[in-house]
Amino acid sequence: MTATEAPPAPPTPPTPTVTEAAVRKVPRRKRLIPYWLLLPGILWLLVFFALPMVYQASTSVQTGSLEEGFEVTWHFATYWDAIQEYYPQFVRSLLYAGTATVLCLLLGYPLAYLIAFKAGRWRNLLLVLVIAPFFTSFLIRTLAWKTILADDGTVVGALDALRVLDVTSWLGWTADDRVLATPMAVVCGLTYNFLPFMILPLYTSLERIDGRLHEAAGDLYARPATTFRKVTVPLSMPGIVSGTLLTFIPASGDYVNAELLGSTDTKMVGSVIQSQFLRVLDYPTAAALSFILMAVVLVVVTVYIRRSGTEDLV
Amino acid sequence: MELYEPDRLSAAQIAATRRSLSNGRGALSRRSLLRATGAGALTIGGVAGLGACGIPPAKRESGGPASTDHSAKEKRVVFSNWTEYMDVSEDEKSYPTLEAFTKRTGIQVKYTADINDNVEFFGKIQPQLAAGQDTGRDLICVTDWLAARIIRLGWAQKLDPANLPHAFANLSQQFRSPDWDPGRAYTYPWTGIPSVIAYNTKATKGRKIESVSQLLDDPDLKGRVSFLSEMRDSIGLTLLDMGKDPASFSDDDFDGAVARIQKAVDKKQIRRFTGNDYTADLSKGDIAACIAWAGDIVQLQADNPDIQFAIPESGYMISSDNLLVPAKARHKTNAEKLIDHYYELPMAAQLAAYINYVCPVEGVGAELAKIDKSMASNPLILPDAEMASKSHAFRSLSGEEETAYEEKFAKLIGA
Repeated sequence: MTATEAPPAPPTPPTPTVTEAAVRKVPRRKRLIPYWLLLPGILWLLVFFALPMVYQASTSVQTGSLEEGFEVTWHFATYWDAIQEYYPQFVRSLLYAGTATVLCLLLGYPLAYLIAFKAGRWRNLLLVLVIAPFFTSFLIRTLAWKTILADDGTVVGALDALRVLDVTSWLGWTADDRVLATPMAVVCGLTYNFLPFMILPLYTSLERIDGRLHEAAGDLYARPATTFRKVTVPLSMPGIVSGTLLTFIPASGDYVNAELLGSTDTKMVGSVIQSQFLRVLDYPTAAALSFILMAVVLVVVTVYIRRSGTEDLV
Repeated sequence: MELYEPDRLSAAQIAATRRSLSNGRGALSRRSLLRATGAGALTIGGVAGLGACGIPPAKRESGGPASTDHSAKEKRVVFSNWTEYMDVSEDEKSYPTLEAFTKRTGIQVKYTADINDNVEFFGKIQPQLAAGQDTGRDLICVTDWLAARIIRLGWAQKLDPANLPHAFANLSQQFRSPDWDPGRAYTYPWTGIPSVIAYNTKATKGRKIESVSQLLDDPDLKGRVSFLSEMRDSIGLTLLDMGKDPASFSDDDFDGAVARIQKAVDKKQIRRFTGNDYTADLSKGDIAACIAWAGDIVQLQADNPDIQFAIPESGYMISSDNLLVPAKARHKTNAEKLIDHYYELPMAAQLAAYINYVCPVEGVGAELAKIDKSMASNPLILPDAEMASKSHAFRSLSGEEETAYEEKFAKLIGA
């Protein structure tokens, strides 16, 4: 935001009663309005984001124990140790979150497209249905997957009969003719839980596309597939980018799905942070892990936004 | 006429697309805002700010945990307990045993079931206790290792035996003197929690599962065994199975038990380490056999006759959930009266009949039989002498040991 110069004084000669300060008063107040509007948000950010960040940053370079207290000793080795110790969980988190994001996009795009262009009077109903699962708790939704994917359940039975499980266990996604407590269950859970975060932004950006652009593309002899590729997808890029970010970022820090649907070898970095904070009471390592996760996600997201060529949108 | 070439967009077209995408909000883009906020945060934080922080020692030497007791003036007590850890009336609107207490003493009880997890609850009350402030709770119920930690940190108030005549007289022998609170100076047990083996006969095809070795090695159970994510239960039972005593083991013994379980994890014998959520899996048969908490088994058996339990020949672990008065609580005497109330036989029986865990009150059998005969003969609620003799408790750990062991155990369970 650039502070603009006060506009030139009006050409009419000032009357003796009006001082210069009074003339400038109005524009300055105007200039301050955006800041006043931002104030609540900035305060919120300061209290609930900046201060905790500083506090955690400090914690991450402390050493000590609960009994003796923790002191800042600028012990940056905690970061290096944490990376060495827990890099498999980091890699896994990014891999699972990335896979879930791609799956969300593949599932969500057709659905958002349908709701935006083809649903007609069903549009509102479909939107409500997309959001409806959010009326129950995150935990319950995740636990429901245990019933869906039960070892003797119909889903696993069908996948087994179709020999899908042979393929997935060869790929290492499942094990022993079951889905629960395998990477596949965790990715399924993540995909399901974050799907609405993909669909809603996609829907809003698709819905804004002017239908006449499609007609125009048709008039210019573009086949439907070409229209989709050249008109619809580029115009829905803001939705794709914000949808993938809204899915990827929370998914990479999630630990509930890995905890309930996974096993020991599917734990994500969120579980590690949780157990370091609450169980082991090693606050510095937990704080360092949080910062590393934040940095990694930031790098991934920046690269992604750069490559998708929509940096001025986000 | 120029043909439409879908694959080639001119520079102007690209620019136009971009402009249309950016929707005209150039001046105050989110990026510039983020940049400004980030810079602001850094300025405020600054290196000096980082250095000034720090977490003071948790252990409080001066001042002590005691506080002015407002019990006589304020006829109330605030009790925080685990969910589903209190008897409720038929219409599920009131707590009969608490009402009986209010009726007799005139003390109002504010009862909240806000404890779901020891570590989370500790995270919640720790800042206040560390700062020497009242947590707003007069009585809390926590598992023994956490009670031990709270006592160790000097955050529990010493109880006055004069207010606890029934509790003193009726506390059963098994719970009298844990090594972390000799003579029960600070705590009284609410329930005892045996950790035993449970299995689903349908899933094991009628076979009995009776030892931890079987859980860890039996190839028929591969991928269908769960252990508890509570370190003391899983490691304790494994130590017993290896012939070690959980009340006096060494670092090497601990490492040995971890290695033993690690082997089973590596060969995919163990499916998961669970909290309370194993019950649904066991009932469905996704888990064939597991380490389980006895109270859960009593409830599962009521719904599913396939669920069986076994007491390992080598013994089983018992822990307890304990009532204690946290530092700076305002109504200590009232809290003590409430503890004592639950050591009167009729109240203890009513509670035990509802929550199905081991009752720590001696001589409750006759009262319990009045409510339900089958419960009075259930060894998971009232352990007989033979069963009581097989029970073992995990020794208390120093702060250092606790961190080191939890760290190793966390690695074992994958986090």
